[in-house]
Amino acid sequence: MEFLRPATWAEALAAKADLPEAAPIQGGTDMMVELNFDVHRPAALLDLNRVAELTRWTAEADGRLRIGAGVPYARLIAELGDRLPGLAQAARTVGSPQIRNRGTVGGNLGAASPAGDSHPALLAGDAVIEVESAARGVRMIPADEFYLGVKRNTLLPDELIRAFWMSPASGPQYFSKVGTRNAMVIAVCSFAIALHPGERRVGAAIGSAAPTPRRARAAEEFLAAELDWDAPLEPAVLRRFGELATEAASPIDDVRGTAGYRRHAIGVMARRTLTWAWNDLRAGRTERRAG
Amino acid sequence: MRVGFTVNGREETADDVWEGESLLYVLRERMGLPGSKNACEQGECGSCTVLLDGVPVCSCLVAAGQAEGRRVRTVEGLAEGDRQAPIQEAFVECGAVQCGFCTPGLLVQAHDLIERVPRPSDADIREALAGNLCRCTGYEKILAAVRLAANRRAENP
Ligand SMILES: Cc1cc2nc3c(=O)[nH]c(=O)nc-3n(C[C@H](O)[C@H](O)[C@H](O)COP(=O)(O)OP(=O)(O)OC[C@H]3O[C@@H](n4cnc5c(N)ncnc54)[C@H](O)[C@@H]3O)c2cc1C
Ligand code: FES
Ligand code: FES
Repeated sequence: MEFLRPATWAEALAAKADLPEAAPIQGGTDMMVELNFDVHRPAALLDLNRVAELTRWTAEADGRLRIGAGVPYARLIAELGDRLPGLAQAARTVGSPQIRNRGTVGGNLGAASPAGDSHPALLAGDAVIEVESAARGVRMIPADEFYLGVKRNTLLPDELIRAFWMSPASGPQYFSKVGTRNAMVIAVCSFAIALHPGERRVGAAIGSAAPTPRRARAAEEFLAAELDWDAPLEPAVLRRFGELATEAASPIDDVRGTAGYRRHAIGVMARRTLTWAWNDLRAGRTERRAG
Repeated sequence: MRVGFTVNGREETADDVWEGESLLYVLRERMGLPGSKNACEQGECGSCTVLLDGVPVCSCLVAAGQAEGRRVRTVEGLAEGDRQAPIQEAFVECGAVQCGFCTPGLLVQAHDLIERVPRPSDADIREALAGNLCRCTGYEKILAAVRLAANRRAENP
């Protein structure tokens, strides 16, 4: 095995082009578990920790945030929690403080687990993933085209994830996750919502309830058509939103929960998060931290 | 490969490190620092917690090569000379140690908390220690020790 230590983004892309089998490693919170347990042994490790570009985020001219793939969750929460409240809530539920000090959204995207906590928030918030290769340059991939299957994403062998792009929240956002404890749990299932009051549109996505994280499209379209943005939430609308969110799921039975439980819980979380977000919107708040 | 970094203020190097080896393994097996414990090797228990450039991390999840040129502080480096760190004294006084396996990781993690947060609430303490498992104490005496150390620090900053 080799250990490659590029110091710059250009060097990292060149190294990945030379040796596409090299496995990138950032926080190592997925990769090291596999190495420690000999689940797989890559030809080389490509350590991205020294690539400073990956650990920075910037506010771009078009108003969006461009967040380096290597910004750890702890910094995302501390530095961007006000502008990306949905993603920050998801980040707060990841592992433990030690895991959040190392783990990154780039690594969550690289691993592409259907249970990864950043994914529903990225989907609901219309994130775009910036990937790059030395040979073909940059590709901008909307989050809902990024996930292909269980632990599979659209990344090509010579590509690396550079950043993700998101607009600062224009309305209330929530993330909700079911698990046995408040820390250190892989989601049984999860749900994220983002209100876009300017566009009279709602983003909604499910996690750990299908082979990939996915948008609840029919539920989003229903709200875009039926929500009266100037009135209290109608119970019938809330109920139908929960049903359509549930229909977006295609869960399995596994050690963490049954498919039936997951379907039920997705409906509950959909109704709850929409209610929280709606209450915030009516009260003129854009953010409230879940207790 | 050869890996070198600063541990508890001293430059150390290790040779013949396997590229996929963890920082925890290098500390314990190659640098004679067995304080950090190996219980799960998957980030679940926190008993391997060290400070990497001042930030608490599970050393079992850091590739040794990622520590190259950086600063590592282990439980062995918490005491100042003969004098134990306040968190260590508080653990002893409160009886927060039974078998002791979880203790090094808890000390490093709790030390970091009281250095960063002047008057941690119980919620802060629980949150900070959520990734450190103890199978013996039931945690109450650990919480008491962290409160004691934090109060002392607040009184004599
Ligand atoms: C104890 C524990 C608890 C956890 N709890 C949670 C949880 O609650 N929720 C959750 O979602 N996850 C959890 N995880 C999983 C993990 O922490 C996350 O998936 C994290 O986001 C991974 O980030 P990383 O930087 O550590 O990834 P790494 O382990 O460094 O990499 C993960 C994958 O992404 C690839 N990769 C990394 N960076 C890039 C890049 N720039 N370009 C292309 N590919 C790249 C790697 O090759 C690898 O395949 C937990 C893990 C542990 C050990
Ligand atoms: S040994 Fe590292 S967290 Fe358990
Ligand atoms: S004292 Fe035994 S595990 Fe904590």
